[in-house]
Formats: sequence, structure tokens, C-alpha cells
Amino acid sequence: MSPSVPLQEMIRAIRSARTQCEERGVIQRECAAIRAQFRQTDNGGRSHNLAKLLYVHMLGYPAHFGQMECVRMIASPRYSEKRVGYLGAMMLLDEKQDASLLITNSIKNDLSHSNQYVQSLALCTLACMGSAEMCRDLAPEIDRLLRSSNSYIKKKAALCAVHIVRKVHDLGELFVPSARSLLSEKNHGVLHGAVVLITELCERSPETLERFRKTVPDLVQIMKGLVISGYSPDHDVAGVSDPFLQVRILRLLRILGRNNEAASDAMNDLLAQVATNTDSTKTVGNAVLYETVLTVLDIKSESGLRVLAVNILGRFLLNNDRNIRYIAMTSLQKIVLTDHNAVQRHRGTIVDCLKDQDASVKRRALELSLALVSASNIRSMMKELLIFLSSCPPELRAQAASGIFNAAERYAPSKRWHIDTILHVLTTAGGDVRDETVPNLIQLITNTSELHCYTVHKLYRALLTDISQQPLVQVACWCIGEYGDLLLKGECQETEAVQVTEDDVLDALEIVLQSHMSTPTTRGFALTATMKLSTRITDNVDRIRSIVSIYGSCIDVELQQRAVEYNALFKKYDHMRAAVLERMPVIQKNSLGQTNGELSEEPMKESQPGKVKQEETALPPQPAGQVVDLLDLLGGSQEPLQPGSSVAGSASTQLTAAPTSAGGDLLDLLGGFEPTPLAPAPTVTVYEKNGVTLTLSCEQQSESGLTVTLTASNSTDSDISGFTLQAAVPKSVQLQMRAPSTDCLPAHGGAKLTQLVVLNNPNKVNLKMRIRVSYTCQGSVVQDMVQVDSFPGL
Amino acid sequence: MRFLLLFSRQGRLRLQKWYTAISEREKKKIIREMTTMVLARQPRTCNFIQWKDLKIVYKRYASLYFCLGVEHEENELLALEIIHRYVELLDKYFGNVCELDIIFNFEKAYFILDEFLMGGEIQETSKQIVNRAIESSDMLQETMEEYMSKPAF
Repeated sequence: MSPSVPLQEMIRAIRSARTQCEERGVIQRECAAIRAQFRQTDNGGRSHNLAKLLYVHMLGYPAHFGQMECVRMIASPRYSEKRVGYLGAMMLLDEKQDASLLITNSIKNDLSHSNQYVQSLALCTLACMGSAEMCRDLAPEIDRLLRSSNSYIKKKAALCAVHIVRKVHDLGELFVPSARSLLSEKNHGVLHGAVVLITELCERSPETLERFRKTVPDLVQIMKGLVISGYSPDHDVAGVSDPFLQVRILRLLRILGRNNEAASDAMNDLLAQVATNTDSTKTVGNAVLYETVLTVLDIKSESGLRVLAVNILGRFLLNNDRNIRYIAMTSLQKIVLTDHNAVQRHRGTIVDCLKDQDASVKRRALELSLALVSASNIRSMMKELLIFLSSCPPELRAQAASGIFNAAERYAPSKRWHIDTILHVLTTAGGDVRDETVPNLIQLITNTSELHCYTVHKLYRALLTDISQQPLVQVACWCIGEYGDLLLKGECQETEAVQVTEDDVLDALEIVLQSHMSTPTTRGFALTATMKLSTRITDNVDRIRSIVSIYGSCIDVELQQRAVEYNALFKKYDHMRAAVLERMPVIQKNSLGQTNGELSEEPMKESQPGKVKQEETALPPQPAGQVVDLLDLLGGSQEPLQPGSSVAGSASTQLTAAPTSAGGDLLDLLGGFEPTPLAPAPTVTVYEKNGVTLTLSCEQQSESGLTVTLTASNSTDSDISGFTLQAAVPKSVQLQMRAPSTDCLPAHGGAKLTQLVVLNNPNKVNLKMRIRVSYTCQGSVVQDMVQVDSFPGL
Repeated sequence: MRFLLLFSRQGRLRLQKWYTAISEREKKKIIREMTTMVLARQPRTCNFIQWKDLKIVYKRYASLYFCLGVEHEENELLALEIIHRYVELLDKYFGNVCELDIIFNFEKAYFILDEFLMGGEIQETSKQIVNRAIESSDMLQETMEEYMSKPAF
């Protein structure tokens, strides 16, 4: 076809412009000329002008004044003008423009044109930018064309029908009969179009899906023909016969076989045949194999076939082509939970992919490796993961670190291994770990009393090497403060002991205190550790006293407060110092841990004058025995607890904090209650007292999301007002309480109150909820609490 | 398929085909994001990128990047084959196609694309049939033009 000279001249002119400004000038001149031409009557050069305009549009300049010209050109009898006009319509007119409606009539006329190429232009444009109204208007025409004898038109009409179904779902019904009959065509183009149309219809409506299940044998037959037949030059791509059609049919089979035994059985043989016969040396073959694997894994296939599919994925993992490794891992990710054992067989290859150059492959390999960690392979996997952590790209560090922690927590073969692993992570990627790592690690250390000596030695050595990783420094300071005496004793069973003098230890802590790399939190840790050492060492108490008093005038308010209070501890309360700074008791692993790593000292019997800063760990302590305060704090989700000093020091003793041990102790303080028994029914009554009943039902919304509905009713003789509910959940669960329907409960169960609670449990912890009920009845305020340990229907 | 983009190594757009209805501003935004994302990729990385809810499949041929935005259920390896098929069609039509051919004859590149893909799906799986259809349409245009340009006496 001869090129459009005016168009090419303009393109040349634009390209020769040397600056953006020059280009804009050229384009403005050209646009002005085009606009003038548009206003003139037909001069034979209309298509060139519109083409010029479309080029300008592609460069990013506005071209809306060409819309009406498109409409006019489409209506022209000349094929060349129609061609460019339709192209312009597809580029400039979308369904949001008003002008698009004007071409509906032209399209309608052109659909019945005598020339198939004109018909094809109309079909293509309708399939590209047809709005819902246009589709509704022209659907009968398209259906008629689906039945025509011209396969060129039929294939295009099929895809046009696909677009119509996507835009107006109800029109799907119209095309079902024709779609069915198209499957008996021989022409590949028509067949392909038919398969796409049927896929679209089945995805939209389950009833249509049922009807089309009967076509499974036909589809199997067609596929067999493609796979077994000899070389067909028309459709062959690198030895695979019409891979596009094959893949489409496999996709349709997947949809038809899902959740249906009979259909899946009918396909088993075929899928096995395709899986074994397809040549996998080129991308085409692998594309077909990939689709086959996806289909096998999604339908109810027999186990032998599933193993075959996973093995194909395993082979993909060894392929040189990076793309193929990537998609293999994406697919394995999807099935690692369901076909865990099959995927485990390929663990070695997956772990090797951790060392791949490509960042996306690395990411997938990391996710898969973490999913494959189990009790039996934890040691070797962890070795690999730690190696990966030291060399991994920064964007994957946080994910790798948290994954390693989770795995270590679940499968740690020994405590020492666990502590070693965490320390290793902290030294390599300390900056990327989450905040709760520090208290978690501290809790783990205190729980492992036999390894205190080993731990403190290791941490001390780590501290000497590097003080830049804050979490590590914090933990090290805490341990040195707690177990400084073990460090100074100088002997240790588990590791080589170093002779450490008191001065060395204090030097180390002072370095941390003074370093510009230490955050205020870390300094706090170091100061407290120094203070604790005053009871554990013998000679250098004066040095400690001087350090502490220096910080009494520190600019940082937190440090200053601590220093001042420690000073007070030295001066006025020296007799209490030993008891105050005693060794911490073991922190219980708590289930409802709003706080972490919190515990109490021996409660002091004497009344305490003055305020002494409570022992600080990463999180501030809870107040004791004050039901009101505790529940206030538990009202939200992850709010840190208020520091104890906010509680009027009356009842509390010096350093009493509520033990956050397992629910039992806490509940005793709060006047106990019975946890509700397991209820099999979806709705369970969680609280029933004084005529007030509270029921709970829950519904799983998603993988980790859960909606709990609390319903309250009142069967007493008097009305209840001011009814409020507060809820608390384990630490890793996120909670959101919606507004209650009302806060009044009329007597005799007149009306109920409902409140929705939305929970998100990403770590899938054991879900518990504590609910506080509070209301006013007959002038008196009633408060009560109930704990829900098991959720119905979960 | 949601869209198909062709752009040069300098990020200049050569072809754009959109198969869903979105606003001009949205289109420009997507084009910008695609060009920056694809041009930033290292040479030996894989050809698939996860972007929002789409998979971006891209391939470089000489100085041109072909970039497809496909839906989640679509087969990425097949998308690479689609790109390759389109390049083959262009090559057959223009004879050793290069970027300049596509720049100066962009409307023809569109015509060829519209014979191969429609509504985001493949309409014809045979190369020969697509080529023949384009040749016939061109022939129709030529004869019509000749006919129309004959002076009427």
C-alpha cells in the first residue's frame, strides 16, 4: 500500500525539531492547518489529515477537535476514509465521549455492508470501544453475524460478542445457542473465538457453566486432534500445533472441571497426554505445559496426575530461562499449602533459587522457602536463610527477618539454637526487624534460665564488636544489667569465658550511653542496666553513682527523669535499693499479652512515699488491681499501656505491676469469672447475669478477617441505659469496634442491641476476647467482664 | 489483555492500544508508569512484573519495548508468544521491520494489530490468514482510491 506522503512529511518535520519548544511550534502550525482542512469540503485528502491528527495525538497533544471528523469519515462511502475514521474513533472516542453515540448508526449500517472488510472495521471498533448502549443496540446484529457462513466474519463476531457480554452481562443469554454451535467449526480462528466466548459466558453465570459442561467431550476431542495430529503448516509454532488455541481450550477445561468430578474425570487422560507429549524446549511448549499444570492443579484430578504436574513445575525450576523459573515458583506458591509434600521434594532447587540474580525470583524463592520450613528441616533451612539474609537486597530484609523469627519460634530444636539464631539475625539485619522483637527476645532469654550465663557472655561480646544495631544493643544492655554478676564470675559452661572486670562492663555501658548512634530508648536501657549493676557489683558503686548523677541534667527528659529517680534511690532509699533492683522473675508466656515482658517485683509491704520510677523494659508496666484502669487500657487494640505513674500511687506498692501472666492470674485480680464453655452452635451466649444476656456469633470474612456480632438483650423488669461494651484481644490481632445500634435496652426484652466487631488475625493466633459490659440499671452502675475463649463456627 | 504499548528506549510512545475504557489522564499516567518501570529493569531479569492487579509482560526487540498489561488469569508465557507473533506479522508486512517503519507508518501498524487482536483477545491464530487479510484490505483501498481519483467525465 502506498504510504501517505503528507503524513510522512509531517512526521519528518516534527522529528527534525531539535527542542521541545520547536516541536510544539511545528505541531501548532500543523494542527491549525488540519483544523482549516476539516472545515473545508471534501477534497480527497481527508484521510491524510485525520492520520496526521492521530499522530499528533499519540505524541500526547490534545486532539479532541478531530472527533466530529472521525464521525464524518466513518459515514463516508470510501474505504480508505472509513479505515482511518474507525481508527480515529478507537483512539479518540471512548464511551465517555458524547460523540461516540453518533457512530452507532454508521456501525449498524456497516455491519450489514456487502464488503467483509468494511464489516470487519465495524466489528473491530465495536469490540474495542462499544459502550453499554451501543452494545445493547447492536447485539441482535452480532448474533446474526455469528450465524453467517463467512468464517472471517464469524470469528470477529465471536470476539465482539465477548466484549458485549463483558459490558452488559444480561446479554450473555442471547449468545449461548450460537456459541454452542460454533464449537463444531473447523476453522481455527472461529474455534478460538468460540472458546473465548464460552469461557466468558461460563465465568459470568453458573447456570451457563452447567449447560456448557456437556461440551467437555467435544473440547477434549479438539485438543486431542491438535496434540496428536501431524504437522500443520498453517498453525504450527516451533513444533506445537496452534498453541494459542490449545492454551485457551485448557483454560476453558479448567473452568468446567473445577469442583466437578465427572468433568474432571473426562479430562484426565487428555491432560496426561498433553503433559507428556508437549515439547518443552521452546517457550511455546512451556506455555502449553504451564497452562496444563494450572488446569491439573485446579480441577479434581487424580493424585498421579497431580504429582506429574508438580514434577513439571520442578523441571521448570531447573530451566535456564528465568521466566520459566519465575512462573514455576509462582505456581508452587499457590499449592504449597495443599500439596505440601509434593513441593517439599523440590526444596533443594527452591533454596538454590535464593541465590538467583533476579530480584523477583529471589522474592518468590524467599516466600516459598519460608512456607517449606518444617520441624525436620529447620536446621538446614535456617542455615540457608541466614546466608540469604546476609546478602539479600534491602527491600527483602524485613520480610526475611520476620519470616526467620516466625520459623524459629515454631520449630526451634533447642533454646540455645533459638537464641543463637535470633542473635545472628540481629547482628546481620538488626535495623530491619520489628519493634516487638526486643521484648520477645528478652522474654525468651528470661525463660531460658539455664542459658543466662551463655547468653550474657555472647551478648557482651556482640556489644563489644558493634553498637550500631539498636535492637541488639538494647537486648545486650538489658542482659548485662540483669545478669551482670554471671558475666563477672567469669566462668561459663557453654562458651569460652572471658575475664571481664567491672570496669570493662561499665566502660561498655558508658560507650553505649555516650555514642551518637544510640537512640534515646537504647540510652534508657543502658542507664537502667548501669543502675541494676549497682547491686550486682562490689567495687565500683561510686562510679555508677557518678554516671547516674551526670544524667540527672541530661537534655533528654526521659533519661533525666530516670537519672533523678535513680539518684533518689541512692540517697533516700538506699535501704530499698537491693530489693528494688533484684533479679526479675521469669516472664510467663502470655496469651492475652497486651503488654509484653512485664512482671512484678515482690510487692513491698511498706507504704511507699514518693514516686520511684518503675522498672522499665521496652514497654511501660501495667497498674495493679485497678480494674478500671486495666480495662480502659484494653479498650483499644494495640495502644501501649499508660505508665504506672499515672495511677495515683495509693493502693499500689512501689513497683507492683500486674503480672501479665496467663489469663489466670490477671483474672484473679479482677474478681474472676468463668470462661464460657465451648458452644457448637453458631451463636453462643457468652454472658448471662441479672437478666442481661449477651450472645456472640462470628463469621469468617477472609483468610484472616473475622466479623463478630455481639447481641445484648434485657429480660428484667426495668429499662437499662448507658449500655456499653468494650473488648480486648491478643496482641497480634487487630480489632475495630463499630458503633453499637443503640445504648438502651428496654425491659422485658423489648429490643436488642447489636454491635459489630471487626477482627483481623493475620498471624492466626488462638483467638480469645475479653469483653467488659457496663450499664446503668435502676440508677446503679453495673460492670462486669466475660472472657471468650472459643469462637463458634471457627 | 487490558492494554498494549510500544515505546522506544528513550521512552517515546510509538503505539498504544487500550482495551478498556479509561480517561485520557489515566492513560497518560499508566504510560508514564510503564515506561519508567520497564526501562528501569536490568537486562537479565525476567520479563514479568507484578503491578497493581495486573501482570506486565514486556519484551525488547532492538530499540523498541513491547509492553502488555494482562489480567491475573492469563498465561504470561503465551503473552510473550503474542508479542512475538505481532512482531513477525509486522516483519512480514514491512520486510525487516525497524522502528522507523512503525513511526512513519503507524496507521498501518494499527491495521495489522486490529487484524490480529480484537477486544484484548486473539482473533486469528494463523499467520498466513492475517497476512492475506491485510493484503486484501490494502488492495481494496488502492482500487477504491484509484477509482475515486479518476476524473469523472
